[in-house]
Amino acid sequence: MEPLFAVLIGLFFAAAVYLMLSKHTVRILLGIVLLGNGVNLTLFTAGRLTREVPPIIPAGMDALPAGAANPLPQALILTAIVISFSFFAFLLVLTYRAYQELGTDDTDEMRLAEPRDEQLPPMGY
Amino acid sequence: MSTLILRTVAPALTALMLLFSVFVLLRGHNEPGGGFIGGLIAVSALAIYGIAFGVGAVRRAIRFHPMAIAGAGLLLATLSGFLSIFFGVPFMTGLWVYPVIFDVEVPLSTVMSFDLGVYLVVVGAIISIALALEQEPGPELGGEED
Amino acid sequence: MATPATTTAIDLSAALVLAPTALADWLVVAPVALMIGFGAVLMMVRKSVRLHGAIAIAGLVLLVLLDAALLWRVSAHGPVTMVMGRWLPPFGIAFTADLFGAVMALAAAVVALAAGIFALRDIDAGGRRYGFFPFLMLLMAGVSGAFLTGDIFNLYVWFEVLLISSFGLLILGSEPEQIDGALKYAILNLIGTTLFLIAVGYLYAIFGTLNMADIARKAASLRGTAPLTTLTALFILAFAMKAAAFPVNFWLPASYHTPRVVVSALFGGLLTKIGIYALVRVTIMLFPVEREALSLTVAVAAALTMIVGGLGALAQSDVRRLVGYVVIAGIGNMMAGVAIGTPAAVSGAILYALHSVVAMTALYLLAGEAARLGGAWSLSRLGGLWRQAPWFSGVSFLLFIAAAGLPPLSGLWPKVALLKASLDIGAWWLAAAILVSAFLITLALARVFLLAYWRPRPEPAAGTVAGDWRITLPLGGLTALVVLFGLLPEPLLDLAYGAASGLADPAAYVESVFPAATMERGAVR
Repeated sequence: MEPLFAVLIGLFFAAAVYLMLSKHTVRILLGIVLLGNGVNLTLFTAGRLTREVPPIIPAGMDALPAGAANPLPQALILTAIVISFSFFAFLLVLTYRAYQELGTDDTDEMRLAEPRDEQLPPMGY
Repeated sequence: MSTLILRTVAPALTALMLLFSVFVLLRGHNEPGGGFIGGLIAVSALAIYGIAFGVGAVRRAIRFHPMAIAGAGLLLATLSGFLSIFFGVPFMTGLWVYPVIFDVEVPLSTVMSFDLGVYLVVVGAIISIALALEQEPGPELGGEED
Repeated sequence: MATPATTTAIDLSAALVLAPTALADWLVVAPVALMIGFGAVLMMVRKSVRLHGAIAIAGLVLLVLLDAALLWRVSAHGPVTMVMGRWLPPFGIAFTADLFGAVMALAAAVVALAAGIFALRDIDAGGRRYGFFPFLMLLMAGVSGAFLTGDIFNLYVWFEVLLISSFGLLILGSEPEQIDGALKYAILNLIGTTLFLIAVGYLYAIFGTLNMADIARKAASLRGTAPLTTLTALFILAFAMKAAAFPVNFWLPASYHTPRVVVSALFGGLLTKIGIYALVRVTIMLFPVEREALSLTVAVAAALTMIVGGLGALAQSDVRRLVGYVVIAGIGNMMAGVAIGTPAAVSGAILYALHSVVAMTALYLLAGEAARLGGAWSLSRLGGLWRQAPWFSGVSFLLFIAAAGLPPLSGLWPKVALLKASLDIGAWWLAAAILVSAFLITLALARVFLLAYWRPRPEPAAGTVAGDWRITLPLGGLTALVVLFGLLPEPLLDLAYGAASGLADPAAYVESVFPAATMERGAVR
């Protein structure tokens, strides 16, 4: 299973990088989402893959049954999902606002903070 | 979106989902569930209400500002962790009491109050994002972490 | 349902800390919990903006006191550990404060207090209603958490906490310029932390643990293997991006000059230094052998960062952007310390980080005050500040000297330490880069002084000089720290050396997390 997941993660990363290389903010955003999902899969695979036994201690037992999934990566992924979800919500609003305020989604055209015609400091007085 | 069918169903659906969210919250200690997912269910309930009756109605219905709710949750969660200072155990250690109410033993713990805090943080933070997105463009921008 | 602990027959000592926790151990988590609590309270009273300032300042004063107490305890008794929910490490998340973390946390708290006081004047009711002070508290929770945590995934979480608070602070006011800057800042920083998370995933795949002390123990048997070197390279890339090192520094000059100046001051003082902190923590403490293999790459990046910072500062006419490049040049110096990696060099980097936290914050606050007095941010329009505000100009002069690294103020000692360390290993070109960068920064700052202070005012005065304590106190306090450290460097030098040797040999750190572990290791030896 792990090699298959490794290939899948590679595909996620490749697509994410391709999208993030774009000049348009929406594509960059989609790239970031894909990247986040690729990372979650990485974390998941890092904890080794097992089948069908959830990491929940059944009633009357003190420990996990044998062959149970590793709960730690799941906790990590849950945290990462929550974080990337809130970041995505924030970035979505920010991108939308940037499009409204700046009138473009092309990062090359967003030069308000770094004006193209900025003067050099005076050479003397 | 605001059809007659939705407006008729929405209050009942919202109430039911809010109840369910509390159920999921309380169930979460030993079984799948918990504050985070409970909070999300509560938010979707409020979002349905918002779709049917508008953002203003949701703001009125929850009485407090979403960020104030999130702040209360954060404070509750932090204080739950701090309670253990009085018992000589590390931060965030679960402490239990077993009061008997009407012959029923009700286990209460700081774990549960922490989870309740998470629930409130999620409700407050996500609903403020949802309302900001649903509303016409305004000055409010930004969310809050879990 | 849960059964009372009395009826269980399981041996709990294998899973739980059963010894009672000393009250002093709470100092490790108290800074973080305190800031979260204050942030929560401020969020609850968001409508009553009058209270915000008082509550926030009270919280920050408490934070400074707690961090000072923590530093005192750590320097007296060695690293302190507390595990969450009394689960034994590596299963429980551990907060471990060693000398390095504690001293950085204290510096951050002091700077935050100064910025908080400055904000009382700089942030109006609109900014407060928007949530400046709650965001400040949560930012400090993230910063303190990052300095004090002993778990690498937890470090990632604190990174995100401070990142999302920094977003909130960055777009305070929602001006188009800020949105432009914030978009670039947000996207590039998010990619940086995602790289960090990828590295954490690989780390977990290799070690099966996320506790830093546990990793430090287990890394010994895996030294120098290809996966570890790859992992270290990934960590270095991620943290260099957070620290704004060349060639991944472009988000900093694109965004740091857009928010309110007090926000710039906090970011310039704290955020990049957290990248450096994490870099030092991971490369020096966890993967020293692998860092050795990558040391040339890091050194080249460090040298380029210094030069780019110096040249960039020379080319700017906006004072805030100029200070941004001064921050970048400083990052290059600290990276040089990491690249060399000897305890002397690392202590130089730590010293530089401490100096930079204080001096860069002060420099931004100063730029804000200069712009208020002169009515402009651009060097071509500022002028005559010497006439207008002689005291302020004197303070500025001191801070410029400190930031440029000239004697006798605080910038000198870390540079001397780094120069000596790089000459000791024969890296003359790195030493040359440090000197050239210092020279360029001196030129840039001297020109600011020449144009904005000495030059006769090109246009009539805009701002008035008023001895407002909300400005003189933070600026004066930070300058006093800079002067004090410049004239009496001995205690801080010792502290930094202690911190660096604690990182080079983390036995005390591991001992604090796994009290029995060192005995086992001793038996193996």
